[in-house]
Amino acid sequence: MIEVHNLEKRFGIKPVLKGLNFQASSGEFVAILGPNGAGKTTFLRILASLSRPSSGKIRISGYPIPAQAGVVRSLIGVVTHQPLLYGDLSAEENLFFYGRMYDVAKLENRVCEVLQLVGLYNRRHDLVRTYSRGMQQRLTIGRAILHKPVVMLFDEPYTGLDQDAVIMLDGILRDIVASGHTVVMTSHDLSRAVELASRIDVLSRGLIAASVHKQDITQDRLISFYRQAVAETNP
Amino acid sequence: MSGGAKAYFKAIHAIVWKDLSAELRSRELLSSMLVFALLVILIFNFALDLDIKIRSTMTAGVLWATFAFAGTLGLNRSLALEKDRGCLDGLLLAPVDRSVIYFGKAISNLVFMLLVEAIVLPVYNFLYNVNLFHWGFLVTLLLGSLGYVIVGTLLASMAVQTRTRDILLPILLFPVIIPVLISALKASNGFLQGLAVADILPWINILIVYDLIFAAISFVAFDYVVEE
Repeated sequence: MIEVHNLEKRFGIKPVLKGLNFQASSGEFVAILGPNGAGKTTFLRILASLSRPSSGKIRISGYPIPAQAGVVRSLIGVVTHQPLLYGDLSAEENLFFYGRMYDVAKLENRVCEVLQLVGLYNRRHDLVRTYSRGMQQRLTIGRAILHKPVVMLFDEPYTGLDQDAVIMLDGILRDIVASGHTVVMTSHDLSRAVELASRIDVLSRGLIAASVHKQDITQDRLISFYRQAVAETNP
Repeated sequence: MSGGAKAYFKAIHAIVWKDLSAELRSRELLSSMLVFALLVILIFNFALDLDIKIRSTMTAGVLWATFAFAGTLGLNRSLALEKDRGCLDGLLLAPVDRSVIYFGKAISNLVFMLLVEAIVLPVYNFLYNVNLFHWGFLVTLLLGSLGYVIVGTLLASMAVQTRTRDILLPILLFPVIIPVLISALKASNGFLQGLAVADILPWINILIVYDLIFAAISFVAFDYVVEE
């Protein structure tokens, strides 16, 4: 589903990703952990075709990036810690706008369906700027799944959420995984990663330093596994 | 119309609709442009000689200076609103040709600029007692504004990626739009002074050619301007 070979990204002379290799198969949930500045967001932005790689090969569902980025963009849904929503439009108007941009079929029905799914149907006419952070994040997920993507990319989706919103997001993420999406999520939260993901990769200094499947590790061992992986790339 | 072309224009329409709806609610962009433009012509009204002949020769200069400076406020705000909440990424994630985003934003900016001009012209007419409702002048205004937003939208998309966007946009924009401003000024002055159309036509032609060339450049360059 996602294949990345020898990915490099430099900003000027500063290398951020240094020959990164990564794979995620269909229906897999991969959590990418790593310290600040490891290159997690850069990696996700390249997968989302928002940033051009310096070198390397990337394929999503068989389509190469950036050569067929337009096709790839119709297959992916992206959630970041920024809402990517217009505060002066209502929830319904935001979804209608993005639906038109994605040329979603039977848009009215789909917008209703998504608003019900994220629990915002009753407040669909309210302006987004009047929403709490948790409600905005729910709508952000609604925007990301509106066009029925097969791959979901989450960049630190828990940032700034209160406890209720975290529980709500956990539920939505479980539903997304249950529906067979391939999910890649970057996070600082080790416990949440091990709870939700089927595989955990540690990204450090622009490389995948270690990778482990959920069944091969307990939550107690995850911290030492993570620290060891980061330490090995920081001699 | 083919399915691809239909989706292309549908997406442009969606961006324009979104910008107009959001502006209708917030009125942030239009009010700042309008207040600035009205203040400038009011200040010029007190600064300039009361002689009607002198005033009519100054009209084109005063108006184009007003629209050019008010326009930078609008261009900056229009792209800053997209950037600040990450909405530019939302647009870039859509599976459409990136030129859709450019044309959508350029059309919205043109609508905002024309709305400001539509309000400023009658006020100018009232304050300066100069009749501006001449078809040639209005066509020049449209072509000049078009050239302004075509270049302005591209450069604002570039400037908005930097921390110094408010300062950077005028510095980038004004040297590039000098041909538009000079041609628009000459043509506007010609129409308002009642010169023969044949004498004004070369300036109009420059405006049309400039608009076409920069629309083509922006169509090609926008993708590279917005991508990291």
